Amino acid sequence: MKKKIISMLLVACMGLSLVACGNSGGGNAPANNEPAKEDAGTDDTEPVDDGGADAEASNEGGSSDGVITVGFSQVGAESDWRTANSESMKSTFSEANGYKLIFDDAQQKQENQLTAIRNFINQEVDYIVLAPTTETGWDTVLQEAKDAGIPVIIVDRMVDVSDDSLYNCYVGGNFKLEGQKACEWLKAYADAKGINELNIAHIQGTIGASAQIGRTEGLEEAAEKYGWNIVAQQSGEFTQAKGQEVMESMLKQNDNINVVYCENDNEAFGAIDAIKAAGKTVGPDGDILVMSFDTVKAGIEMTMTGDIICNTECNPLHGPRVEELIKKMEAGEEPEKIAYVDEGIFTFGDEVASVSIDGQDYEVTKVTQEVIDGRMY
Amino acid sequence: MSKEKGFNWKQMTSHHLFMPIVCLVIVCLANVIKSPDFFKISINDSGVLYGSVIDIVNRASELVILAIGMTLVTAASGGQDISVGAIMAVAAAVCCQILSGGEASTSAYQNPFILAALAGLAASILCGMFNGFLVAKLKIQPMVATLILYTAGRGIAQLVTKGQITYVRVDSYKVLGGYIGKCPIPTPIFAAIISVVVAYLVLNKTALGLYIESVGINGEASRLVGLNSTRIKWMAYVICGFLAGFAGLVNSSRIYSADANNIGLNLEMDAILAVALGGNLLSGGKFSLAGSIIGAFTIQALTTTLLSMNVSADQIPVYKAIVVVVIVVLQSPVFKKQMAVWKVRKSAEGGRA
Repeated sequence: MKKKIISMLLVACMGLSLVACGNSGGGNAPANNEPAKEDAGTDDTEPVDDGGADAEASNEGGSSDGVITVGFSQVGAESDWRTANSESMKSTFSEANGYKLIFDDAQQKQENQLTAIRNFINQEVDYIVLAPTTETGWDTVLQEAKDAGIPVIIVDRMVDVSDDSLYNCYVGGNFKLEGQKACEWLKAYADAKGINELNIAHIQGTIGASAQIGRTEGLEEAAEKYGWNIVAQQSGEFTQAKGQEVMESMLKQNDNINVVYCENDNEAFGAIDAIKAAGKTVGPDGDILVMSFDTVKAGIEMTMTGDIICNTECNPLHGPRVEELIKKMEAGEEPEKIAYVDEGIFTFGDEVASVSIDGQDYEVTKVTQEVIDGRMY
Repeated sequence: MSKEKGFNWKQMTSHHLFMPIVCLVIVCLANVIKSPDFFKISINDSGVLYGSVIDIVNRASELVILAIGMTLVTAASGGQDISVGAIMAVAAAVCCQILSGGEASTSAYQNPFILAALAGLAASILCGMFNGFLVAKLKIQPMVATLILYTAGRGIAQLVTKGQITYVRVDSYKVLGGYIGKCPIPTPIFAAIISVVVAYLVLNKTALGLYIESVGINGEASRLVGLNSTRIKWMAYVICGFLAGFAGLVNSSRIYSADANNIGLNLEMDAILAVALGGNLLSGGKFSLAGSIIGAFTIQALTTTLLSMNVSADQIPVYKAIVVVVIVVLQSPVFKKQMAVWKVRKSAEGGRA
């Protein structure tokens, strides 16, 4: 009897969670799998499993009746950046544009993403777009997608797979370049202001994430090159709460910090709160300069007030770039393997006009109200 | 020998808290070696108390609040509530969403704070009632019963916040996680103290504490002497849910937002650990609230120590695990017995010589 009740409860829970999944996708997720299957079904004269070539043919067929089904497995909604990223995908792959987007929020868990991709394969979507939670552990599931002949586009973070033919292309920010841009700016700014000694507190992202690896590399190389001191280095896990806690602890250990290098905006918000609570000031005339990445809306607003002195953009608007690649594949062309999105540098002041990395010049934008209004997110 | 010990309750209880305190002191001393001014507390430029110890006490507040609830649940049902972290997220999500009036960010209250806070707490009580129903009424294993909300809770919180981080950028919302006006002591510390005092009064001035222990030791016997064991177990879960909700509000106020994915993440494990470090039996029965609270501070001291020692984030769990293993072994009955035997032998040898 007891067991029966438990099993009934568990079944009820499973049922409920399925319903919840359906709802959380909002208008973009089909209420059931039928429509998605129909789209694929009408043109699929051959089973999709037959291999890449056949599947591609059926995809081309799929586009002829106008609707392309895209399955998008998103990491979650942990930051404003992620929300903007999801929004970009949703608005690009809208029904009005001739797409059917199946959106899946993995709530930061890789196992949810694995399930989502397998669901996409079962639903016979035309393209799978994956924003991976971590770099490793994707070989099996991507192989399954490849066997099913479904092209995979990786966005935002990179995957680390033994065979890079497991995905068709990657769209995202060049994280190391972002780190280099920020550091070159810092060098130029320090020179312009006559700051000789830089004692940097480094709040890293979630260890192992592509953004953390790239941005950390950028800083560490620059620190070695220019003789900066990294006095403390600790992960803030890309969250405001951790950023605050870590900064609090760093301030107790070192009283000579004059630069904080946060690897995303949320960490910077937390760090700024901690610095202010410690009775120190941030900004161009304050005790500590806070640098950040991502440039979400709240982030760029704080850049205008100088709380964040320099904010290197990590463009979340991946939708159009992904669509470009899908169109290329629809036309039967080979897409470029790695496609970076354009990213800017936003600063409080205009001391530095541009930075140059490997001979390439990047413009630095001083944040004004017009700049904020002109941004799409 | 063992009989004598069994009757000496006073010695037993002092022994009970002895080890947890020793552990806390050791963790703190490790800090002093690294930075001699670890215990230094000063008033900083913005007129608030400033120092590593303050950080630990401040940051431990949520854990202390959770540990109280976890202790009661453990004592009454002989199992743990692993959904407290998720309940924190639910409470915070409900509260912030009401305050922001459904927007992702707000700079003014859309609804009164009291209403939002009460709604958040009500949501957490509801979660507690659900857990309590499953455990007490349907007699499902606590770990399994609370697993439901452990998994579903963050999903619910996500639904409430529509998957966004809801920001409430209003200064008065930051009070609970910050400072009250010019008061130099962080508010979360008060929140923790109030929770502890109220819990202490309720447990010791009424018979509830005794009932909980009695139900935890033998539910059937308690029922036969006239206690409603089902209701008492259920109440323990409701209290635990309420306290989790309160901790969620404090945590959300610190970052003036509801971050459904990260508020209270993995805190349930820390809370269970706090109960265990406090020398409480995880199989229920007699409990020591003071032990759990000391356990909570020990865990936070450990976290803060590892942060301040610049241990890289991917190694922190390893160090934490090592320290926890040592502490738990030190407090295990087998080890204690061995120590007692060894002591007796030593004194016997000393007596002969």
